[in-house]
Amino acid sequence: MTYVAHDESDFVRPAEVAEPELYHPKTFIGKYIWSQDAKVIAVQYGITAIAVGLVALALSGIMRLQLGFPHSFSFITPATYLQYVTMHGMIMVIYLLTALFLGGFGNYLIPLMVGARDMVFPYVNMVSYWVYLFAVLLLMASLFVPGGPTGAGWTLYPPQAILPGTPGANWGIILMLVSLAFFIIGFTMGGLNYVVTVLQARTRGMTMMRLPLTVWGIFMATILALLAFPALFVSAIMMTLDQALGTSFFMPALVSKGEHLGYNGGSPILFQHLFWFFGHPEVYIVALPAFGIVSDLISVNARKNIFGYRMMVWAILAIGGLSFVVWAHHMYVSGMNPYFGFFFATTTLIIAIPTALKVYNWVLTLWRGDIHLTVPMLFAIGFVFTFINGGLTGLFLGNVPVDIPLSGTMFVVAHFHMVMAVSPILVVFGAIYHWYPKITGRMLNDTMGKFHFWVTFLGTYAIYYPMHYLGFLGVPRRYYAMGTTAFIPESAQTLNEAITIAALIVGAVQVVFIWNLIWSYWNGKPSGGNPWRATTLEWQTTDTPPKHGNFGPTLPVVYRWAYDYSVPGAPEDFIPQNQPPSRKTKGLEKVPDASDLGTAAVKPQGGHS
Amino acid sequence: MTYALIFLAGLMAVVVWWLVRQTINVQPWVEQRAADNVSGDGALSLPPVKVGLGVFLAVATSLFALLISAYHMRMMGDDWVRLPVPKVLWLNTVVLVLASVAMQWTRGAALREQADQVKTGMIAAGAFSFAFLAGQLWAWQQMDAAGYFLTANPAYSFFFLLTAVHGLHLLGGLWVWARTTNRVVRGAGAETIRLSVELCTVYWHYLLAVWVVLFAVLLHSHT
Repeated sequence: MTYVAHDESDFVRPAEVAEPELYHPKTFIGKYIWSQDAKVIAVQYGITAIAVGLVALALSGIMRLQLGFPHSFSFITPATYLQYVTMHGMIMVIYLLTALFLGGFGNYLIPLMVGARDMVFPYVNMVSYWVYLFAVLLLMASLFVPGGPTGAGWTLYPPQAILPGTPGANWGIILMLVSLAFFIIGFTMGGLNYVVTVLQARTRGMTMMRLPLTVWGIFMATILALLAFPALFVSAIMMTLDQALGTSFFMPALVSKGEHLGYNGGSPILFQHLFWFFGHPEVYIVALPAFGIVSDLISVNARKNIFGYRMMVWAILAIGGLSFVVWAHHMYVSGMNPYFGFFFATTTLIIAIPTALKVYNWVLTLWRGDIHLTVPMLFAIGFVFTFINGGLTGLFLGNVPVDIPLSGTMFVVAHFHMVMAVSPILVVFGAIYHWYPKITGRMLNDTMGKFHFWVTFLGTYAIYYPMHYLGFLGVPRRYYAMGTTAFIPESAQTLNEAITIAALIVGAVQVVFIWNLIWSYWNGKPSGGNPWRATTLEWQTTDTPPKHGNFGPTLPVVYRWAYDYSVPGAPEDFIPQNQPPSRKTKGLEKVPDASDLGTAAVKPQGGHS
Repeated sequence: MTYALIFLAGLMAVVVWWLVRQTINVQPWVEQRAADNVSGDGALSLPPVKVGLGVFLAVATSLFALLISAYHMRMMGDDWVRLPVPKVLWLNTVVLVLASVAMQWTRGAALREQADQVKTGMIAAGAFSFAFLAGQLWAWQQMDAAGYFLTANPAYSFFFLLTAVHGLHLLGGLWVWARTTNRVVRGAGAETIRLSVELCTVYWHYLLAVWVVLFAVLLHSHT
């Protein structure tokens, strides 16, 4: 048992950190267009990312139409099909998920959650968004250039990416590579802000171990992105030079259409190494913020402290470190040395340990919690289910002998959509339902939200579960049409039709979500400052939505961690981070600690890990 | 990829070590007191801009480490030829060292708040840096004139790529240099520009170090 003396000396005066020189805009354009306020930049990032995500969603619908009902649509040719596949993948992974988690949620939540007035470099932060927007516009422009966007697949493997015969081998691929380079430049500007703000701008009392896990997840993901994106940057520059100036970094000597091309002896495998050196950390760049956010959603809605907070932090660190030494598991089929394969299979399986720890801790947080099945909570629980499903098939594919036969099939498509498409997007939805009240001051409509959740959640299972089976049958991915294949039964086509119908329904239901965002902005129930009765600082602001500068005249002082829910003896089932220790008891006041847990755990809620 | 991996492993080890130091033995659920001083919270006692520059240098180092890794992997190819390094690069290296020395001297002057010397130092450092860039362009021209142009062999492609990326970083630094020098010339006090000069100094030393490594890598291109 721990007894901590609480007297007047414990009440520290408000933080006297130097006030940052905030830019105070006066015009509408200064406030909402060229804004340096992280919250406005966050919304700009969010709207842009969702808009471009809707384009990618529409492209996936067209792909599914072709797979479900081949030869029925004259506007889908083999070339356009490959272009849609490529654009869908790249937009969803980079321009939607990365931008939304780090640029959107990172910008909105980091300053509010650590108790800062704004990001430390607001001007750089603003430029970051405009460079991102420019990258998006470049990418969209490739839809309208001669030859259309690139159809090289989102991995853009050379030599095919820049050879004649691949759709968009002239303009499309150049626009894609240049757009990626700009995206990385813009992200680096933002990323510097996120890291330095977490390190240097925390308010008084906000130690690293009092940070909410959302901030931990975004923080670590940003570090990963800052170190991994240069690999994509390098490969984008080198491939641009190969395409535009005829260098031979990646391009081997080859004959195309009976003609010797000018390339000599480049290494396509080098590109694969560079690409996946970025590509695998990218999975965690998307997953870690999702892990963090989901931890907070579960804790708030189970009215329980997160189980094993320290373990969760260390798991984030371990996943971040390990994610740099697993990249070649995407390259088992490239003909690598078997010992390499053994090494990468081992590291891949090791990374499952911290990941599984996190899953156990989420489940243990739910265990005997006072669970409120709010819409964010539904999405959070949906995430845990989906992540387990997607993660388990990852164990299959992490092993070389299993991966080699499955690598070119729909099984892989099903696996990575479960683990890094559906899982993070469920968290994105949950997070939007959770923080929308803070951003707008109004609740999102609950009925529409529940409808959106159930159709999306069940619908994605209707799409991706059967897809695993198609993979086992040997149905190849990336194919425009199957033709006659002896080993694939005709019923596979019927399954493909069913998947397409499910996909179209799920896609259409997202309109309900968008409508909910718009409708609730004017008609939603006023939320008040803290509708979820949460402890973290963003819910304790004096104004909702928070004004420029986030907090009132003084910054909050933090007295406790972010997870004081259902503390025994407390008047309410949550204690905000900035609430000082009770003044009522003079002298000694008992503070619950780990040794009390055995007794506290008898009660249905509360208890500390 | 070995180089990039070793570097990143080192970098991640530092990050993880620092973060674990912040988190080990901390039981956030039993502590309910506000930390009495802000520095006790684990924030580094440095201005945010300096930390920002440090993070940026980590990103740039990752970029250069990956380029060097790619260079070494590509070197294994059968078509690789030995890179004929232009002699002028030795001269350029000396010039870049002088730029770095000038920056260091300027930093001393800024700390001593001697505005005149800061002005002289900044202009000298800038002049040496521009001379370095001009020398690099000269080296490019020599390579090109000797038939070692960009597309002739991957060894030459890498030479142009590595020097270009380094040169672009220096150009970025010169933009900050120009802003700072402008303020110095307009008569801003040495105190107000001290931070900018310090940041420039760190960046110039860093780019010198990168150049030395790149130059060594280019010299050791095997046949």
